[in-house]
Amino acid sequence: MEYNWDWSILVQEPYLWWLITGTGWTLAVSAAAWCIAVVLGTLIGIARTLPNRFVAGIATAYTELFRNVPLLVQLFLWYFVAPEILPAPMGHWIKRDLPLPEFATAVVGLGLYTAARVSIQVRAGIQSLRRGLAMAGYAQGMTVAQVYRHILLPVAFRVVIPPFTTEFLTVFKNSSLALTIGVLELTAQSGQISEYSFHSFEAFTAATAIYILITMTVAAAMSLVERRLPAVA
Amino acid sequence: MMSDLQLILQSLPFLLEGLGLSLLLTLLVAVGGILMALVLALLRLSGNRALSTLAATYVNFFRSMPLILVIFWFFFLVPLVIGRPVGSFYSALIAFTLFEAAHYTEIIRAGILSVSRGQGWAAAATGLTYGQSLRYVILPQAFRNMTPLLLTQGIILFQDTSLVFVVSLSDFLTSVTIVARNEGRLVSMYIFAAVVYFAICFVASRFVHQFEKKAVR
Repeated sequence: MEYNWDWSILVQEPYLWWLITGTGWTLAVSAAAWCIAVVLGTLIGIARTLPNRFVAGIATAYTELFRNVPLLVQLFLWYFVAPEILPAPMGHWIKRDLPLPEFATAVVGLGLYTAARVSIQVRAGIQSLRRGLAMAGYAQGMTVAQVYRHILLPVAFRVVIPPFTTEFLTVFKNSSLALTIGVLELTAQSGQISEYSFHSFEAFTAATAIYILITMTVAAAMSLVERRLPAVA
Repeated sequence: MMSDLQLILQSLPFLLEGLGLSLLLTLLVAVGGILMALVLALLRLSGNRALSTLAATYVNFFRSMPLILVIFWFFFLVPLVIGRPVGSFYSALIAFTLFEAAHYTEIIRAGILSVSRGQGWAAAATGLTYGQSLRYVILPQAFRNMTPLLLTQGIILFQDTSLVFVVSLSDFLTSVTIVARNEGRLVSMYIFAAVVYFAICFVASRFVHQFEKKAVR
């Protein structure tokens, strides 16, 4: 095994800058996609537990659809297929005027995919509550909306906070798939450094270290938040 | 102009070959990953602190890395270590196996922990050795408990194999992409790919769900 070591390339121009911008894009894609996933996933998760069969059915269909197609295929669908089959004015807008098209597509694709995963956790969180809670609410004469707003969601929220943060780490790792549609995030940049400098070992080590560092930071922040949350009754 | 359906039918042998490679990769990685994970889980649960920490470090390391980066790593490392180029299939196989083993370890560990401790004590009390109690008492029950999760992870693994796209290994998605680009039919071919993946994964997950219901009783 012959290999020409040179760790100094990592702090040389332009490679250091590539690593920094790569990390920036990775964080930007992850954070934006996570926000979509949490908001949409929560709505879909709640919808799946509603007494209205029709709404619950549509929400379940969403979850099944988005978790049974590989994320990479979904990204390709959003990037290559969606602009062609959407109504013409929208397709034109995406192709011509959408700012940062790769970034936006990656965020939407990753966000909608992760929303399906979040919805499963929200649904499980709501279903883990004792049925008596909702029944007591209805017995008080509360409407469905009131039961969710004042009883189920506040309690379920406590249960799903830890999975939400775990989900951020999943999005964070999955954001590397954005490289397939041309987002120069961290994994893409490490690959590019490896191609330009032939110092693959150093490039991949740097990316690996950054991923692990951020994962550990988020995990530490996570346990801090969890300790501050009130205990589940 | 060929219709989309004709194009799919005409390139079917090529696409099926790709699908075959995806399924083969899934199968080999599942078997290799589970065997490796079994060892890692036992190390993790062993009384030996050094071994247990080692296994935990392995699992945490691979669980905090994106799969694509792992694929890149081994695409570069494997030929370097072996000293000659070996196609991307073997480097992908190694990358996936090592990566998936970390994820399977958590499932198997939870499965072993789900067997009540009294089972182990009873096995020890009847004079079984550690190995015997694992083989005849703990593992059979643990595997029954974790089969649904292992199968679900298998479906996720099948979806993940599409990532070999980044090293141009001709799995199903890469084959679809080749046809799509050659014929300029990205829209219909990618929709076709999504439908095929969905059909396989949906049917498989229904099957796991049925199995789970039967097993729980």
